[in-house]
Amino acid sequence: MAKLSASATAKILEICDRYTDEKTPLMMILSDIQNEYGYIPLEVQELVSARTGISVAEIYGVVTFYSFFSLTPKGKYIVGCCLGTACYVKGAQQIIDKFSEVLGIQPGETTADGLFTLDALRCIGACGIAPAVSISGQVYPKMSVDKVKAIVDDYRAKEGAAA
Amino acid sequence: MSLVNIKIEGVPYQVDSSLTILEAAKKCGYEIPSLCSFNHGECNVGSCRVCLVEATGARGLVASCVYPVSEGMEIRISTPKATEARRRSVELMLSNHNMNCQQCEKNGHCELLHVAQITGAREGAFAGVRSETYLDELAPGLIRDTSKCILCGRCIARCSNAHGLGILGFENRGFKTVVGPAENRSFADSPCIQCGQCVNVCPTGALMEHSEIYKVDKAFAEGKHVIVQAAPAVRAALGEEFGYPVGTPVTGKMTAALRRLGFERVYDVNFGADLTIMEEGTELLHRLTEGGVLPMITSCSPGWINYAEYNYGDLLPHLSSCKSPHQMQGAIIKSYWAQQHNVDPKDVFVVSVMPCVAKKFERQREQEMVDGLYDVDAVITTRELARMIRRAGIIFNRLPDEDWDQDIMGDYSGAAVIFGVTGGVMEAALRTVYYKLTGKEHDKITFDEVKGHDAGIREASLDINGTVVNVAIASGMKSAKILLDDIRAGKSKYHFIEIMGCPGGCINGGGQPYIRPSLMPNEADDILDTYKEKRAKALYSEDERQVVRQSHNNPQIIELYEKFLGEPNSHKAHELLHTTYAAREGFNEVKR
Repeated sequence: MAKLSASATAKILEICDRYTDEKTPLMMILSDIQNEYGYIPLEVQELVSARTGISVAEIYGVVTFYSFFSLTPKGKYIVGCCLGTACYVKGAQQIIDKFSEVLGIQPGETTADGLFTLDALRCIGACGIAPAVSISGQVYPKMSVDKVKAIVDDYRAKEGAAA
Repeated sequence: MSLVNIKIEGVPYQVDSSLTILEAAKKCGYEIPSLCSFNHGECNVGSCRVCLVEATGARGLVASCVYPVSEGMEIRISTPKATEARRRSVELMLSNHNMNCQQCEKNGHCELLHVAQITGAREGAFAGVRSETYLDELAPGLIRDTSKCILCGRCIARCSNAHGLGILGFENRGFKTVVGPAENRSFADSPCIQCGQCVNVCPTGALMEHSEIYKVDKAFAEGKHVIVQAAPAVRAALGEEFGYPVGTPVTGKMTAALRRLGFERVYDVNFGADLTIMEEGTELLHRLTEGGVLPMITSCSPGWINYAEYNYGDLLPHLSSCKSPHQMQGAIIKSYWAQQHNVDPKDVFVVSVMPCVAKKFERQREQEMVDGLYDVDAVITTRELARMIRRAGIIFNRLPDEDWDQDIMGDYSGAAVIFGVTGGVMEAALRTVYYKLTGKEHDKITFDEVKGHDAGIREASLDINGTVVNVAIASGMKSAKILLDDIRAGKSKYHFIEIMGCPGGCINGGGQPYIRPSLMPNEADDILDTYKEKRAKALYSEDERQVVRQSHNNPQIIELYEKFLGEPNSHKAHELLHTTYAAREGFNEVKR
């Protein structure tokens, strides 16, 4: 196993120790780690297991059960395409397919440059503006296939300018 | 305990209020089919939906394995609605199941097939997409085939709650759910100790031992000198495969069967066990008198060795350097026996019949090899031996009782027989250590303080001629961990510790016949609570029948040292009979 850095190890142990009084601390520990690092790889799960006594298999089970947790690093921008019923009947499948094509990744994957992660979401409660896409908190209402490329290009340009 | 009044199929009963419907029904003489519920709620997740019944006060049908009885409840098992629902539950399971039953080694013990027959479930009642499946054949001991997995969770409960390991878990969700080690890894790439306890509880063929029968067949075909040796615990359980009551020793019929299978020599691993005591007892005395690393811990159980190497790399110097009995005996067969019979060791093929699947891993350890040869060339489990016997058309129950070969090795003491049960190695060692320290035999012969048949820790403090020896015994890793953490913390007061990988020791090994109450109508209701004790008794009774009760009094052991090894822990003994250990990474780097 790749070894974690001393600072990451210390941070993760500190997170584990926040919840020593809880009867079932696992979800809280994993949420904090997900928020802190953006993902929870097996090395980290082993460390949490050693600290809490919860088996690696159980931790892995929880991480892979909830879509909020991730085993691999997420991109800087998380492109969430709503595939809820209202969005779906308004053509959301074509939208996510287009993002998939433009970004060159499947839903759940992250681009090689680490910029984008493509996620399929269930209803995000924005049925009135279906089909909706949310990119790292910014909502794009009434999306259409022909807007996709321009949106992605915008983000790429912004990153290019910053770099 | 308070009682409640219930009715089953209209007949009134009084039952304990703490029971589930399934348990209460069993007490009243009804076996409601079920899969995920096992061993008094060791696993009880209500996930398989095979045990659905009608009960008043409940909405719809209820899973009887998790639904408690209550006052006035009326339970109906065989209404058309409940019968239909149970059949549908099984049919749904079959629709996502690999139905190659004729080549499945669980056939005959498969609980899914059993409930399918009982409920009248048909294959192909539902057609559609099937889950993606995985086959893991990399580990020497175990095979995991998710195409047979019904997601009941029994293996997870056994590995984690009962055994303290937690290698197996549910992963992913919904249709993609699988049971396996984290990352859906092979057992070989996880800290799994390959004890096989999960195999013992799996209701289907999803978890199986890695069969080596084909290797034995090949050795016969190549005309090798194929020699077989069987461990003590095998004789206490093999009979179960042929309809004998649990706890019937079948030593005589087993040796007769092995001879009819064509093995050139049929040896008892007990000889190797006596040899182990000579080596290990001497090692303990050295450590006691010359300030060696204490406590010394036994090294007979390969599951335990795996656990130590994965989790307690810092404590490895505490382990006895002795190989396990069948490895020792294998090494002696390929040296002393081969020499005496003028045979090239390369032409000798040693087969061990073991109650264990971790032995399949152990025999392939590089550290155990002598001159580039394995001590043992194939390990088959008690269950695999039964398969070979059936395949050969041998009618086991009609065999005469025969004896082991005892030409130049094979004689054994009562001390060796009890190796198969937790506390046995300790007791055998104490009998010899007592003699070495006092110059006379222990009057009572036995050391009943260390006897047992279950998981958990036992301890004793013995004053042997002024030397106080504190001993402890643990079986199952959950118990072992407590003793090991004490050693690590410098708090251990013991001199000698026996650790066995499986709860109860080898009698409950991962290669032993399956205990399936629903498939054993002639056994008592509580067979899951009593089988370990019954098997243990079979071994203790053989100890009592032996004339020689101590390893150091086995005449062939004495002769082996005189003619070949010199003395215990000699240079030659170290070359052949001792080994080394190395810490290992649990989740190793895997190229994917």
